[in-house]
Amino acid sequence: MEALKQELKEKIIAVLNLEDINLEDINDNDPLFGDGLGLDSIDALELIVMLDKDYGIKLVDPKEGKTIFKSIETMAAYISANRTK
Amino acid sequence: MIENKTYIKSFCTIQNNEIILNGETIFKTEPTLFADFSKKAFRNFEIDYPKFFKMDNLSKLAFLGAELLLKNEIDNTKENNIALVFSNSSSSLDTDVKYQKSISDKDNYFPSPAVFVYTLPNICLGEISIRHQLRSENSFFIFEDFNPAFMKNYANVLLETKKAEKVLCGWVEYFGEEYQAFLYLVASEGNTEHRKETLEILYNKHSWKH
Amino acid sequence: MIKEVFITETNCITPIGFDVAANIKNIVNGVSGIQLHQNESLMKAPFYASIIDSEQLDKAFAKITSADNYTKLEKMMILALHPIIANSKLDLNTKTAFVLSTTKGNITALENPSEENIQKAHLHQLAKTIADFFGFKTEPVVVSNACVSGILAVSVAKRLIQSEMYDNIFVVAGDVISEFVLSGFNSFQAMSDLPCKPYSKNRTGVTLGEASAAVLVTSNKENAKMKIIGDGSINDANHISGPSRTGEGLFRSIQSALAEAKINPNQIDYISAHGTATSFNDEMETIAFNRIGLQNVPLNSLKGFYGHTLGASGLLETVIGIQSVLESKLFVSLGFDELGVSQPLNIIEKNEEKMINYFLKTASGFGGCNTAVLFEKVK
Repeated sequence: MEALKQELKEKIIAVLNLEDINLEDINDNDPLFGDGLGLDSIDALELIVMLDKDYGIKLVDPKEGKTIFKSIETMAAYISANRTK
Repeated sequence: MIENKTYIKSFCTIQNNEIILNGETIFKTEPTLFADFSKKAFRNFEIDYPKFFKMDNLSKLAFLGAELLLKNEIDNTKENNIALVFSNSSSSLDTDVKYQKSISDKDNYFPSPAVFVYTLPNICLGEISIRHQLRSENSFFIFEDFNPAFMKNYANVLLETKKAEKVLCGWVEYFGEEYQAFLYLVASEGNTEHRKETLEILYNKHSWKH
Repeated sequence: MIKEVFITETNCITPIGFDVAANIKNIVNGVSGIQLHQNESLMKAPFYASIIDSEQLDKAFAKITSADNYTKLEKMMILALHPIIANSKLDLNTKTAFVLSTTKGNITALENPSEENIQKAHLHQLAKTIADFFGFKTEPVVVSNACVSGILAVSVAKRLIQSEMYDNIFVVAGDVISEFVLSGFNSFQAMSDLPCKPYSKNRTGVTLGEASAAVLVTSNKENAKMKIIGDGSINDANHISGPSRTGEGLFRSIQSALAEAKINPNQIDYISAHGTATSFNDEMETIAFNRIGLQNVPLNSLKGFYGHTLGASGLLETVIGIQSVLESKLFVSLGFDELGVSQPLNIIEKNEEKMINYFLKTASGFGGCNTAVLFEKVK
């Protein structure tokens, strides 16, 4: 799970163009949206694409994103359980 | 319509790895790709705005020019009624081509919302509005070349009918590493008269086309 | 003394008619252009959209010219403009301008990105093609400002006439359905599985459409149908794809139009709103309209009939709105069932007769843009 969390941090920085954020800046349980990393609605949509592209998970209901993308921890748990790639 | 005189308060040009403000070069790099040039410019002017890196090239170009001209114009204690009237030749085609590529391989089909949102030229106006909290008149026009007669008339009518107190005008063109931004602020006071001929001179002086 | 500006000619090309009368007939009968389509080159799964029949379009186009090297969008725009240019009997001289509104133009040209096609995808090239067909002598003005373009183009034309740069301006607006746009809206999770339901509780997003529309904007009062009495195009300054939660930009745009027109909100008889049927847009509009005090004014979205026609929508919906005024009829907001926004709105639930003197057209779009234009019936 640790490797996956690292991988997710790297991907988020790259895919969402978080230029000034380093891996060490993202804690596993920090909120990704709102106050934490300050991601927005377009970032959420990009993460949905990333779930599909990199892990083969198609979100049937995009509203599920709210809970899945809460933090690196919740993302890693969800992907571990549902990945097809 | 009786016209009150209007003036060009300030102007800048961004092209060929160089930024010229009111006729003086204020930033220059060795020849490099726009992504690198714009990042270096961003750092050089110590702009604190991480969202810059999410923008497409057209928006980055427009954003940088606006940043320089609006820095000393914005009064944070009140509403700033500065209209944005921008134009270019390629619309958002640079990003459109990028987005089209992302949907052309049916076996690797992952349309990106973050790219798609920039496939409209007026998004750069939105970025500038958000950055400077400008709730003002916005419009984006497409012409084959910079059209000083049109721009002069349109900016003036906004000022004359009091739809705006100042107008930030721009020719912001970006396509395939060829970029040119010519931005200028029109107001009821300034050193240079806001006339079609003046605009032509200022534009041509620094245009890479000539 | 600032010039008065009027609209004297209107026309539209849509899936439910190739002239205004045919469109009105279908609207009165509740016939929508939205249908289920199966076309894998546009989208893998079947999808709802409002699409113009290409065969019918070609037939109509062949009636006005034998030339055939025009794209679908170009044919739509030429057909929209043709009768109004003819009717106007105007000399296309240096005081007659041409304004074109589109979001993506000939974007399908990018599917084969040759040098020639990249040129074709340039919007000024599209404008030149249309301008050359008719022989316009002035530099075309292209308005490309997301989904407000169609109505912003009317505002721009009015402002240009007031600046005395021109006396007459032909405005055309159009956009076509493409894989480019379908996939993009899909990536935003903004597309509805069913025909769109503006302002409704169970609305789930947009249905896309294609259309063109054209009007003549002029300082000449003769034959005038409507007077353009106020406008405003104010940005939300909130987010590039999500509208302001307080409807700030739309609110200020309407305020600006009202102030210029020197009328009160309670004088407005009818609103043709944007109503794309996304959760956020419809809610934002409701808030803005309530803030101004317009919650009791009869209001519709025409997107239940046409889908969201992007760069055409503002102008197409204005053309139909003008017909509402001329015929003293309010048309149903098709697709609406149960109010699903947080504040009241007076949605038109069935066709009815009403005297309309003042009509408000609004639109909003990506980039935080909003446009509001006020029209007055010419007696």
